[in-house]
Amino acid sequence: MTTTIDPPELVGADGPEEIQPEGGADHGHGHDAHHEHAEHGPSGILKWLTSTDHKVIGKSYMITSLVLFFIAGIMALVIRTQLADPNGSLVSFQTYNELFTMHGSLMLYLFAGPFAFGGLANYVVPLQVGAPDMAYPRLNALSYWLYLSGSCVMMAGFLVAGGAASYGWVAYAPLSDAINSPGAGADLWLMALGLTGFSAIFTGVNLIATIFYLRAPGMTMFRVPIFSWEMLVTGVLILIAFPVLFAAVVLLFCDRHFGTHIFTVQGGGVPVLWQNLFWFFGHPEVYILALPYFGIVAEIIPTFSRKPLFGYKGMVFATMAIAALSTGVWAHHMFTTGVVLLPFFSLLSYLIAVPTGIKFFNWIGSMWGGQLSFQTPMLFCIGFLLAFLMGGVTGVLLASPPVDFMTHDTYFVVAHFHQVLMGTAVFAGFAGFYFWYPKMFGRMLNDKLGKLHFWLLFIGFWVTFMPQYIVGLDGMPRRIASYLASNGWTSLNVISTVGAWIIASSFLVFLVNLVHSYMKPVAAGDNPWDGQSLEWFTSSPPPHHNYTHLPPIRSERAAWDYNHPEHRSEHKFGTMVPPDHSEPAMAEATTSGGAS
Amino acid sequence: MLLTGCNAYPSYGASKGVTSQGQDTFKLWSGMMTTGIIIGGAVGLVILYAIFRYRRRSDAIPRQFNENFWLEILYTGIPIVIVGVLFYFTVLTENNVDATVPVGATTSAGKPVVDVNVTAFQWGWIFNYPHQGIGVAGEGLAGPGNHGPQMVVPTGSTIQITLTSNDVIHGFYLRDFNFSRYALPGVTNYFDFNVTHTGTYNGQCTQICGLYHSEMLFTVKAVTPAQFQAWVSSEKAKGVHLIRFGTPSTSKAPAGTSNQPSIPNPPKA
Amino acid sequence: MRITGLFLVLIGIFFAIMGIAYWFLSYEDSGFLMLIGSTGLGVFPGLYYLWWSRHMKPRAEDDPNASVAAAAGIVDSFPVSSIWPFIFGMGAMLATLTFVFGLWLAPMSATLILIAAIGFTVESRRGGNV
Repeated sequence: MTTTIDPPELVGADGPEEIQPEGGADHGHGHDAHHEHAEHGPSGILKWLTSTDHKVIGKSYMITSLVLFFIAGIMALVIRTQLADPNGSLVSFQTYNELFTMHGSLMLYLFAGPFAFGGLANYVVPLQVGAPDMAYPRLNALSYWLYLSGSCVMMAGFLVAGGAASYGWVAYAPLSDAINSPGAGADLWLMALGLTGFSAIFTGVNLIATIFYLRAPGMTMFRVPIFSWEMLVTGVLILIAFPVLFAAVVLLFCDRHFGTHIFTVQGGGVPVLWQNLFWFFGHPEVYILALPYFGIVAEIIPTFSRKPLFGYKGMVFATMAIAALSTGVWAHHMFTTGVVLLPFFSLLSYLIAVPTGIKFFNWIGSMWGGQLSFQTPMLFCIGFLLAFLMGGVTGVLLASPPVDFMTHDTYFVVAHFHQVLMGTAVFAGFAGFYFWYPKMFGRMLNDKLGKLHFWLLFIGFWVTFMPQYIVGLDGMPRRIASYLASNGWTSLNVISTVGAWIIASSFLVFLVNLVHSYMKPVAAGDNPWDGQSLEWFTSSPPPHHNYTHLPPIRSERAAWDYNHPEHRSEHKFGTMVPPDHSEPAMAEATTSGGAS
Repeated sequence: MLLTGCNAYPSYGASKGVTSQGQDTFKLWSGMMTTGIIIGGAVGLVILYAIFRYRRRSDAIPRQFNENFWLEILYTGIPIVIVGVLFYFTVLTENNVDATVPVGATTSAGKPVVDVNVTAFQWGWIFNYPHQGIGVAGEGLAGPGNHGPQMVVPTGSTIQITLTSNDVIHGFYLRDFNFSRYALPGVTNYFDFNVTHTGTYNGQCTQICGLYHSEMLFTVKAVTPAQFQAWVSSEKAKGVHLIRFGTPSTSKAPAGTSNQPSIPNPPKA
Repeated sequence: MRITGLFLVLIGIFFAIMGIAYWFLSYEDSGFLMLIGSTGLGVFPGLYYLWWSRHMKPRAEDDPNASVAAAAGIVDSFPVSSIWPFIFGMGAMLATLTFVFGLWLAPMSATLILIAAIGFTVESRRGGNV
């Protein structure tokens, strides 16, 4: 059951002040006219095409990325089904190569990243920092259109002669050059990376500017809710990583069509350069995919424990440390090339475990001594913790070059990064989706169906990926479409395939839940979870430009402080707020100020 | 934990290694896995404990503590120490695994060195023995039961592999050797094996290299030195010679491996 | 403002240290150049922010005791809806497709991008809403 509390008192002499964040300068009319204007904006398809509202764009992002997630999931099912039989003949080798390439590309470039920094962050960050919109609303809309068109361009690869790209999502040169991968599919793949890359860069700029410039009064940097902090750092990582990817894509395109030999030996080029460029993007990208989800978990666990986030500042610094280190570990994907500096990259990769561990302990610390309720979002977070623990431990093993030598490009690595990425993007991602869905749509998702979704996903997850560790240690390489029955890998693969189907069934439950919520809406109220950060203060869904009232912001838990003025955080060190409990929570809000 | 004998190491599903390098890697793997299971298990138990211990029992609002300076320092410091230890053992093992005899040497520490020049191509392998003047080549495509070309190596010697690729990037991977290395076009990689157990070991390309990546198999057969000599003689008697890519025969054997053997402008097969 | 500036400068300093260390350990150009490039990414905006933080009065969002009233007034001008991002996005997509399918797509792409650019500009002059 959901815990519903009364919405905060918004009116009355002691109520918080109204602010007028609308740009009234152009029309010169006041706050009533503004609401009228919002209602009279374009509707239907035109609303979708023209909206610059971060909430509409965020929802578009989420829907698009979920559709792509399901497409990529179906590809995964085909891949797994093919592998259940040693001489699997469900698809041809060529189709198989296209499928795993597109599965990886869709999941990494088009789902995991955009779902977080385009979807959830777009929706939640302006709400959390108390901004009326993103800093550059039209750029935000452009981001979405670039993302959508990039997704279409990538998928269009399946329609052209020669099929989609088939060189793996990392596109190692020279396999991705014009000789080894002729055909428009590969070009479309590169172009899609260009488009979605710019989309990501614009979103990164937008997030940074929003968090730097559009915070509500009193929301100092160290009162920004942790999810927004993680998104800020993600934005910086995006700005570091994606331009490098774009450069690499341009160079590869020149190699393919303009006769340059940057990545081909024959003309004096260096194939390993592609790997250097790609992974300089690629490893920060891994954390671009992970940090937002860390932020989601760090919002949800305290909420369902009814406690503040344990070690907020430590969390912020750990996030920065992860981001910084993540840019210095790119070549741990290249240990087996034999041409990289092993100890340097090994040490930095090991060190990433330290801030990640800090985060882990902070999550546990947030639960410690709390009152944990296991509604769907919290369950997904627990699933995340366990999945990420397993993926994290195997990740530390892979930071060791000799262990990497023995497991590189086997299913051990496949299992490792699926556990990490599914732990983050799927478990934490859906935790965030269940968590903020009431805020976005003003209605609840069914908790029973949500729990069924979780348990099916959780069981399917372990059934799918644990056998892959074993089969990888038994020598099964990744990206193979068939293997010999005499290798003895069949039964483990069958188990893994069964797990994949269990995962698929869990998402059917999710779809049923969405339909259920659409057909039989249950009103959510403004703050169904007793949420803590600022976004739970406004209505569900929020009004145009988000806030008609704001509470005084004295910690990262503005809504909690307002709802539970007698239960504010204890601070021992790091003075986020003077621990002045005698002061009435709303005292300063009575100061009147002119709206606009 | 890295001090006791080999049998004391749980394998956790990995190969114990049939080369001295593979055994070193295995010991590191086993030690790290043990550490990982202990730490991961402990953290997992703490999570589960928190889940069950702190279930919501009432509507009371718990104490709102959010910091503990020394605890936070503690769980920053301990992981640093742990990864420091792991890194130390990693470097030790890595130095063993990566150590090679000087390129071109014929003996090392009293043991003979057998050079094998491995060239990967789409989709097969060439194994040349420059000193013996023989070569093996093959593709793994010929049907069920075909494990591709076979590299025969003697035990009791140092096998120095000189690895390169003729076209795209391939992965030279031997599960029982606990080792893989990319075959890169334009780059020559050297690494050594000291095979300690006779037997036939499956190898396979691990890096996606195009359409028939799945079928790019090979095997390594480790035999006694005497059997190796007999094999070399019989191959020579069959008229086998060094194989160069794209040319049907060659009389000119590369002089050792001191010159980096690169295949000049290989025509596409 | 000061914290944000420091945040960026620290990023830059970190990359400078990493880049230099990496260079002397590996003498590998591509990684070194990327790390040094990232130094600029942090240092340039960071110094600009720090400079500004000394020349502006503190903003309400940096004041730990700010009241809600402190932010009264116009935050910024936010456009309500605009078709130009869509037009521009479609133009950009056609531009990339030009590279794949040939120059015949170029005029269409250029037209869309040009129209969108003009549209953006005109819209901005009118003050945000169209």
